[in-house]
Amino acid sequence: MQIREDRIAVLTTLCQNRILVMDGAMGTMIQRYKLSETDFRGTRFKDRNNDLKGNNDLLSLTAPNVIKTIHNDFLDAGADILESNTFNSTRISMADYAMEDLAYELNVTGAKLARECADAFTDKTPDKPRFVAGSIGPMNKTLSVSPDVDNPGFREVSFDGVVAAYKEQVRGLIEGGVDLILIETIFDTLNAKAAIFATQDVFEDLGITLPIMLSCTVTDMSGRNLSGQTVEAFWYSVRHAKPFSVGLNCAFGAEHLRPHAKVLSEIADTRICVYPNAGLPNEMGEYDETPAMTSAHLADWAASGLLNITGGCCGTTPDHIRAIVDAVKGVPPRVIPKANHQMRLSGIDPITIIHSQISDAAEVAV
Amino acid sequence: MRKSTAQFINIGERTNVAGSAKFKKLIMNDDYTEAVSVARHQVEGGAQIIDINMDDAMLDAKYAMETFLKLIAAEPDISRVPIMIDSSKWDVIETGLKCVQGKAVVNSISLKEGEEPFIQQARKIMRYGAAVVVMAFDTNGQADSIDRKFEICKRSYDILVHKVGFPPEDIIFDPNIFAVATGIEEHDNYGVDFIEATRLIKTHLPFAKISGGVSNVSFSFRGNNPLREAMHSVFLYHAIRAGMDMGIVNAGQLTVYSEIPDELRDRVEDVILNRRSDATERLLDIAGDYQGTARQRKEDLTWREQTVAKRMEHALVKGVNDFIEADSEEARQQFERPIQVIEGPLMDGMNVVGDLFGAGEMFLPQVVKSARVMKQSVAYLQPFIEAEKSEGAKSKGKILMATVKGDVHDIGKNIVGVVLQCNNFEIVDMGVMVPWPDILQKAREENVDMIGLSGLITPSLDEMCTVAEEMERARLSIPLLIGGATTSRVHTAVKIAPNYSGPLVYVLDASRAVGVASTLMSQDLSAAFIKNTKTDYDDVRAKRLAKPKANRLISLEKARNNAEPLSYDPVAPTFTGTKVFDDYPLGELVDRIDWTPFFRTWELAGTYPAILTDDVVGDSATALFHDAQIMLKQIVAEKWLTAKGVIGLWPANSDGDDVVIYGDDSRSKEISRQYHLRQQVEKRTGRANDCLADFIAPKGTNDWVGGFAVTAGIGIDAHVKRFKAAHDDYNEILLKALADRLAEAFAERMHERVRTEFWGYADGEQLSNTALIKEKYLGIRPAPGYPACPDHSAKPELFRLLDATVQTGIELTSSYAMTPTAAVSGYYFAHPKAHYFGVGKIGEDQVTDYASRRGIDLSTAKRALRPNLAD
Repeated sequence: MQIREDRIAVLTTLCQNRILVMDGAMGTMIQRYKLSETDFRGTRFKDRNNDLKGNNDLLSLTAPNVIKTIHNDFLDAGADILESNTFNSTRISMADYAMEDLAYELNVTGAKLARECADAFTDKTPDKPRFVAGSIGPMNKTLSVSPDVDNPGFREVSFDGVVAAYKEQVRGLIEGGVDLILIETIFDTLNAKAAIFATQDVFEDLGITLPIMLSCTVTDMSGRNLSGQTVEAFWYSVRHAKPFSVGLNCAFGAEHLRPHAKVLSEIADTRICVYPNAGLPNEMGEYDETPAMTSAHLADWAASGLLNITGGCCGTTPDHIRAIVDAVKGVPPRVIPKANHQMRLSGIDPITIIHSQISDAAEVAV
Repeated sequence: MRKSTAQFINIGERTNVAGSAKFKKLIMNDDYTEAVSVARHQVEGGAQIIDINMDDAMLDAKYAMETFLKLIAAEPDISRVPIMIDSSKWDVIETGLKCVQGKAVVNSISLKEGEEPFIQQARKIMRYGAAVVVMAFDTNGQADSIDRKFEICKRSYDILVHKVGFPPEDIIFDPNIFAVATGIEEHDNYGVDFIEATRLIKTHLPFAKISGGVSNVSFSFRGNNPLREAMHSVFLYHAIRAGMDMGIVNAGQLTVYSEIPDELRDRVEDVILNRRSDATERLLDIAGDYQGTARQRKEDLTWREQTVAKRMEHALVKGVNDFIEADSEEARQQFERPIQVIEGPLMDGMNVVGDLFGAGEMFLPQVVKSARVMKQSVAYLQPFIEAEKSEGAKSKGKILMATVKGDVHDIGKNIVGVVLQCNNFEIVDMGVMVPWPDILQKAREENVDMIGLSGLITPSLDEMCTVAEEMERARLSIPLLIGGATTSRVHTAVKIAPNYSGPLVYVLDASRAVGVASTLMSQDLSAAFIKNTKTDYDDVRAKRLAKPKANRLISLEKARNNAEPLSYDPVAPTFTGTKVFDDYPLGELVDRIDWTPFFRTWELAGTYPAILTDDVVGDSATALFHDAQIMLKQIVAEKWLTAKGVIGLWPANSDGDDVVIYGDDSRSKEISRQYHLRQQVEKRTGRANDCLADFIAPKGTNDWVGGFAVTAGIGIDAHVKRFKAAHDDYNEILLKALADRLAEAFAERMHERVRTEFWGYADGEQLSNTALIKEKYLGIRPAPGYPACPDHSAKPELFRLLDATVQTGIELTSSYAMTPTAAVSGYYFAHPKAHYFGVGKIGEDQVTDYASRRGIDLSTAKRALRPNLAD
């Protein structure tokens, strides 16, 4: 299983037989270590003149053992797929810490750490192979929304700039050895389209193709993302990526996410991957849902045939993942509906265009 | 072939600097705020996609495209629709693609510079995730003939689908619409070339769509908008029927095809379809007549020069209410007392209307319009009459009218009421869902001369029997009139007559109502009429009862053994469970309206569209259709009605005559059961005794069944109230009838989407030519209460499964009628051999079996199935 192509083939087969489980929240786990500014800096960046605390992705370089321990805790809990610690590792997001030039290295190293941990577990239990998804977050700048209320046409970034940043990230992740590209927490579909564009450009450059996972975040109860699209409109906008899976993560707990997951599950002719938060944050910003609560929701989803892949987002710990693994064990994965040849377009709302039939009786002759 | 054309997508064209001088000026002047509102108006006006084009020599098109797209991205009421990025320059297109989050359409690419750039651009478009318009254009230029258009499109299609891997459903061909009537003979066939190329492409290039810039066709008539709009409308009428899916049009400015004056339409059609060599000259001859005017020529107002009495008669006969208040006032001043206006000119006018209606020279829609004029005049005069404290006009008789308890349908009842009012009867209308105690009480209070009962659904037949029984018990002896779609002379004679010893008459339709009511009020004629009718009904009943009972029924067991032997190869639906459509676009339903039943509501006999040119009712039908079109536009544009629906698809298997519905794909838990009935009439050899359950596979083969409930009547009450307040029966009935049609169209549309999209079992039907031309769809959508599953009481279970009341707002009455009345519900069966049939008469053995299967007592089952019980 040292060859990526083989691993992807195994992954595809596994997905036909059972519901796979991703890991839980990296951020939540890092918080538990109560790391200080000094810890974030390590020796390499001790002389930087800006604050680095909070740059979680940086820990891949400065505290790799923390990241590896977290990965191992999730693997031990039974996670099939690890997410690399690279959510913010783009040139654009790293500008917040004046670390643009570290973007590539963060991705390579982040991917490698996850790869090492996953491979070690695969070696221990070859009948339960583990995989690595290269995490690509939404960026801290958006292509569809102006940050300036008085100037709705203004954008902080350009499509080409976003594509370039994502290309750098995707290259790094592939070099570090990921099996999948996970474009997640999508709150602006145009950013996601840029990420897809970048990913496919890199695939073309390198002559390889990895499975792409897409995961949208709905930011209001009506089921729209931040850039205003409904889940269905979102799916039409990104369907050209022919993703390995599409789904939802973050935002709410499973309870409030369910109706939107159901909509997506009804229309998407690919695998569904949903990994919710452990409920809604309380007034302290903490997530209260216990492993039993989260896993009970997901057990019900699985029984309703909504899931191919699941896992946890904010607030989910190894205990949550262990409970989820248990809850979906033996439940058959969702059957992927077959696609039909409808033209699907979207603005922020979806539209399906019915094929107009020839309706008068004139004979056709060629 | 009677299937209506599929939904046509209007692409807004006003945000195009090449097509709109106003938009170009705004962009040139950097007035983007105003330019954005042009886009908003288009979406509000019904554009389902907006085309944006900034190609102009004086403009930085890339800058303008980017600026504009980013601005409209911030406007949810614009950005809800997909964007069509329109440019002849690739770099402008690519700039646009970088600004849209939705799935957009590129307009356009082509083979004009050869295959290489075409392939590269197509690959890029795929990577940006957009659909594409491909022009019929190659290195030899734009295609003008049918053959060239098709040949280039086919070549483009093969490259895109087979070399590039472009999804065929994301390809839209634009086979070039060119100007006709240019005076150059070679251009005469351009309309036909487009239409026929469209037909070829749709037949031979699976899933590809057709679009075009419609206004090109009328380019020679720049400046004469009414004529151009007529040309666009005629062109689209034919192109859509050839398979055109979408077009760049000004959605707000399309004339309705059938509204175009005949002379103009014929001549335009001659030009578009290239039917005669002098077509252009003939169109030019009359072009001036339409220049700058409205769609109709100036109204003839010479009738206003007549006396006020004559004017009122004219207004009544023609149904013109523009002047009626002024005329009423003028008449009032001429007469001593205001009541004399009603008794004089108004009654005289209505008598003319009554005579014309009786003679078959006026038809119901016109009569209802006349009634509106009359009512408005009476409403105007009423305060003067009351001030004078004089008695109102003496009516010919007072009639109580009601739709019986459990039923909510009132279009027919209202029409009858209006016609009777026109004939000077006083109507006490109790509305719908009226329980018998209220009817009896009101009849006494108002001292009415007769009672008219109406109902549409079969349980209402029973309720009418009850009303008759109670009238008997209350010792009433006034005439009872029976009407409504499911009622009949036989039912009245056999089932109602034994309950009531007073005069009882079945009234077929509104045109008979006046005759019947007048005769009943006539001192000379009534006795004989009542006696004859009674004799007639006794006779009907005797004959009916003399018939050998259940002569042709076979036992239930035998019937089951004669079930149709079917094989099962079910297709799994794309989802199971329910799907809700909270606010379905009405615009999508308008084109799918089946108009024939609409005319039947108005008692106009004939099939649409032939009815519009019918020798007898053609004019009346056309006028009605015209009014209906205007109201439909308002309904859609001003959102008078909201369409809501829910569909459900569930794992299911048959179990004998039942259909078992499971909660999930594991089929472990039964969540519901449909109890179906089997035909028991003895069949000829080779004919089966049908039961709906036969269309579902028994256990062992995974099968599915569906259900739906849709309405187009949410919000109708406010408008009905408004029309009532204005004494406007005509528009009230028109609105209700249109809402009914929209609900049917919605059900039809939903079924189509279920077949091709949600269940998807008919997805492949477009592949073969024969299937295309002989378009014949598989599967049925029978409704509880109708012949294949006649028990209305099955509806609550269907509603429960669909959560229909919560999801759509449709409620069920005690007799299982749906409210709003503009609603349809039913089941979906997908089996290729599924067909509609009538259960017909069933035997005692099946009723007993049915009662025990459903777990209800025998008397309940008998009541539910009464119309189907063998006598």
